[in-house]
Formats: sequence, structure tokens, C-alpha cells
Amino acid sequence: MSLSADLAAALRGDAQADRVVPPTGFTVSLTVFTAGAMAFLAVFAMALSLATGRLADRWGSELARSATVRISAPAGQTEAQVQAAVRVLQTTPGVASVRVLDEAEQRALLEPWFGPDLPIEALPVPRMIDVVEEGRGYDAEGLRLRLAAEAPGAVLDDHTRWRRPLIQAAGRLRALGVVSAVLIACATAAMITLAANAALAANAQVIGVLRLVGARDNYIARAFVRRFTLRALTGAAAGTVLGMAAVALLPRASAEGGFLTGLGFQGWHWLWPLIIPPIAAVVAFWATRIAAFRSLRELM
Amino acid sequence: MIELNDVSYSYGGGELLSGIDLTLAPGSFHFLTGPSGAGKTTFLKLCYADLLATAGRVSAFGQDARAMGRDDIARLRRRIGVVHQDCQFLDHLSVTENVALPLTVSGRDVVAEAENLTSLLSWVGLGDQGDSLPPQLSGGERQRAALARAVIMAPEIVIADEPTGNIDWEMSLRLLTLLVELNKMGKTILIATHDLNLIRTAKQQVSARVLRIHNRGIQLAGADL
Ligand SMILES: Nc1ncnc2c1ncn2[C@@H]1O[C@H](COP(=O)(O)OP(=O)(O)O)[C@@H](O)[C@H]1O
Ligand SMILES: [Mg+2]
Repeated sequence: MSLSADLAAALRGDAQADRVVPPTGFTVSLTVFTAGAMAFLAVFAMALSLATGRLADRWGSELARSATVRISAPAGQTEAQVQAAVRVLQTTPGVASVRVLDEAEQRALLEPWFGPDLPIEALPVPRMIDVVEEGRGYDAEGLRLRLAAEAPGAVLDDHTRWRRPLIQAAGRLRALGVVSAVLIACATAAMITLAANAALAANAQVIGVLRLVGARDNYIARAFVRRFTLRALTGAAAGTVLGMAAVALLPRASAEGGFLTGLGFQGWHWLWPLIIPPIAAVVAFWATRIAAFRSLRELM
Repeated sequence: MIELNDVSYSYGGGELLSGIDLTLAPGSFHFLTGPSGAGKTTFLKLCYADLLATAGRVSAFGQDARAMGRDDIARLRRRIGVVHQDCQFLDHLSVTENVALPLTVSGRDVVAEAENLTSLLSWVGLGDQGDSLPPQLSGGERQRAALARAVIMAPEIVIADEPTGNIDWEMSLRLLTLLVELNKMGKTILIATHDLNLIRTAKQQVSARVLRIHNRGIQLAGADL
């Protein structure tokens, strides 16, 4: 019999085969609880992974596509240097567009700090040029050198200085989420193996009788596998629902600043946690199956 | 059906059986006697591959026990009905379910065999006890339930380990009658017992050979029995 057929059989069940092994006591609640708790944690690991993934993507794409050139020069030279910098930028491969911010825009940028009545003309405020990249982007070092030659007061701020470690951190967090998910799966497998071994040991005499009357290992293993698979599925389903509810009830971080996207699921990502219960069932299936065959061979 | 060639069995405590040659022919009726601890149970276990000989060759239905995989052994157990010394019931199942256990574990539809099961239970005189749990049965009833379970798969060989071990004489005779009936139906029978009265009674009903474990070997007992 193929394994997928076995898994299907494990879920479908066989009333007669089920009666053959007596109820396995405390291992029932142990398995349901473990699967539930692990599924709950898995929902958070998944939310963390997805949220940091979103963060990394946003920082990686949106921010990376734009840069700013700031020009601070003695009063008389500013306009000339702005023009020079724009010429340099327009002839730089990888730059899609160049736009000098006008006074109103600069005022809007500074308004939060200095209020609406800032006499911007009278201040030595640097001029800003917005640069949008295209394709694989421009060569930042080359651009810096050319700007230094043509417009000594120009400073290229390409965000990478602070962007890179943030993207790295987000990537690490995402990897951490994935590692957590794997660890959760392994811990679930370990706990279910322990519970299954306890159940098998408690039923050594029953198993001996079954062997004596001609039961194949596969038949005996299935009786245990079915139980533990169903329990893990039930527990994990409950844990997943609770975990999703808990995530849904988290305060929206985006309301505060928009910088963090919040540790939630967005849109169709809400479907992702639904794979947790089937995965728990598969983990339980294998853990119990391996434990059962091992102890059957030991029992003779 | 079952053939032993130069079979020995030893364990940590020493050699229990040695140099045994024996053939159980189809339709034969054998008793196996010997003092307690002589190795009767061990010998029977070698026959249904619950133990492996430490030397020599045991074959059942032409298949070498040593070469059998675990699934082969399971299949062998369906062809050899065994009444175990301690019966080996599942106490959480009813007597009927216990008797049907070989059918259940071999994937047969027990419901379809319900009639069979009922007539088998009344054949062993347990028609009314089908719903009881094994611990509620008396010693003799347990032995008869074990016999019913041993024959439910219509095995070619029936092996019984001290089937009259702790039951009264009247009940022993009933059990013997059932075994003799099975032999007349063509089954090969092997019974371990130290009950000489039972053997004498049986010899009046059926031509049985008596084997005795002596000095770790097996000899054919003479007419002195
Ligand atoms: N694997 C084993 N380990 C320890 N003792 C054993 C083993 N096999 C058999 N024996 C011992 O060998 C003796 C014979 O056992 P058994 O076959 O049950 O004899 P019988 O059925 O004739 O009373 C017993 O004393 C038993 O304890
Ligand atoms: Mg014995």
C-alpha cells in the first residue's frame, strides 16, 4: 500500500481496527495540547516571517529606487552647482529621472520641524534633487566622484548607508521565522514520538497478542498512527485558529508611523496559517509511523 | 507441514532443546509431554515462529522460518491456529471480538462472517458468553474461547499449549472432544500437556502419537502410556 493511501486510511479510519488498541489515556491530551501549542507558535513564526519579508521587500524596492542629492554652496554658487549636478545626473547611466525640488516642496519637508512661516529664501538651506533609479541602478561611487568634480557642494545621499543593515536585519528576522517554524515542526515530531512511544510501551501486551494472531506490523502501526495523526490535526487546528485570532487582535502598528507594517497577515496571506494543521498531521503521521515500526521490531 | 531438522534452542541459561528431528504430517495428531520446564512451550514457539532455533532448520509449509520476514510470519500465524498457554486475550474486547480478532487483523469483513462466528461460539459452548469480557470467563471457558479463536481462520494446523492446564476433568474432556473433531476434519493437531489421563482418553478416540521431551531431545513414547 502506498504511503499516501496510508495517510488517507489513517484519516478515514476503520472502526474495527480502532477498537483493537485500547484508548491510550494521557497521551491523548498530551498530543492534542502539544500540537495545539506548537500550531499557535507556528502562526506567530509565520506572521513574523511574512511581516519581515514585506518589510525587507518594501525597503529593498521602494527605498532603493530613489536617492537625494543635497547641494549646500555659498549663496552665489548654489544655482550653478544645482545646474551642474543635474547635468551630471542626467548623463549618468541608471538614472531614470532627475527633479529639483522647488521652494514649496522644500518648505513642506521642513514644515514639521520649523512651522509654516519659515522664511526659506533667507536661510542657507541646501537645495535638494530627487533622483529615481532605473534598471540595475547607477554606480554610486562613480557618481560621487563626478559630482565632486562638477559640483563640490553636492552630497549624494543614496540611503544605502542605513538601508543595507535594515534590509539585512529584516532578512535575518525572516530567516529566524523560518528556523522557528522548522524547530517547531521538529519539537512537535519529538513530542509526538515520545507520546507514541509511551502509548506503544503501554500497549506492549496488546501488540504481542495482535502479532500472535497474525497482525502485520503495518496493521498495528496504523492503529497508532491514525490516533496520533487525528489528535495532532485536531490540536493543530485549534491552535491555529487561536493563533490567528491572537494575530488579528494585535494592535495595528501601521497606525502609529507606517514604518513598521505590523506583525499581521495581509490579504490572501491569511490563508498561509491554514497549512499548519495538515503539516502537523503529516509530522505526526511520520513520527508515529517511525516510532511504531521501531518498537514493533524491538518487541519481536 | 512442519519439519524440524537437527534443531537446537539455547538461551543464556544453557541449551534447552538439542538435535531435534521431527515431521508433523498433514492430518496427524501429536501430544507433546515432559515435565514442567522441559521446553514444551519453547518447542511449540519454534513451530509457529515465535522463537527462532539457535541451530538447525525449522520449516513450516515448506518455508524456512529463518528466512521469513515479519509479514511472512504474520501470514504463517494465520495458517496455524494456536491456543496459548495463557490464552492471550485482549481484555478490553468482548469474547466475540477476541474470537474474531484473527479475522479483524487480516482485514476480513467480520460482519460478513457473523454467522460463522456465532456457530463457532456455540460449537465451543460459549453461545451465551459472546458479549462478556475475557476476565469474566472461567478457566475452561477461556480455553474454549482460545480454541475458537485458534480455528476461526480455518487453519491447517492447530497447536494447543496445556489447554487443560487449570480446568476440571469434565471441561478437559469437552475440550479434547473439540480437538478430536478438528482432527477428523483433517486438521493437523499438536497438543502440549503433562496430563497423562487426557492422553490415554484421547488414544481411545484417535490414533495419536505421543512425543516426550527427554534429555533435551524428543522421543516417541511407547505403549506404557
Ligand atoms: N529465552 C529464555 N530466557 C530465559 N529462560 C528461558 C528462555 N527460554 C526458555 N527459558 C526457560 O526454559 C525453561 C523451559 O521453558 P518452557 O519451554 O516454558 O517449558 P515447559 O513449557 O515445558 O514448561 C523454563 O525454565 C524457562 O524459564
Ligand atoms: Mg509451558
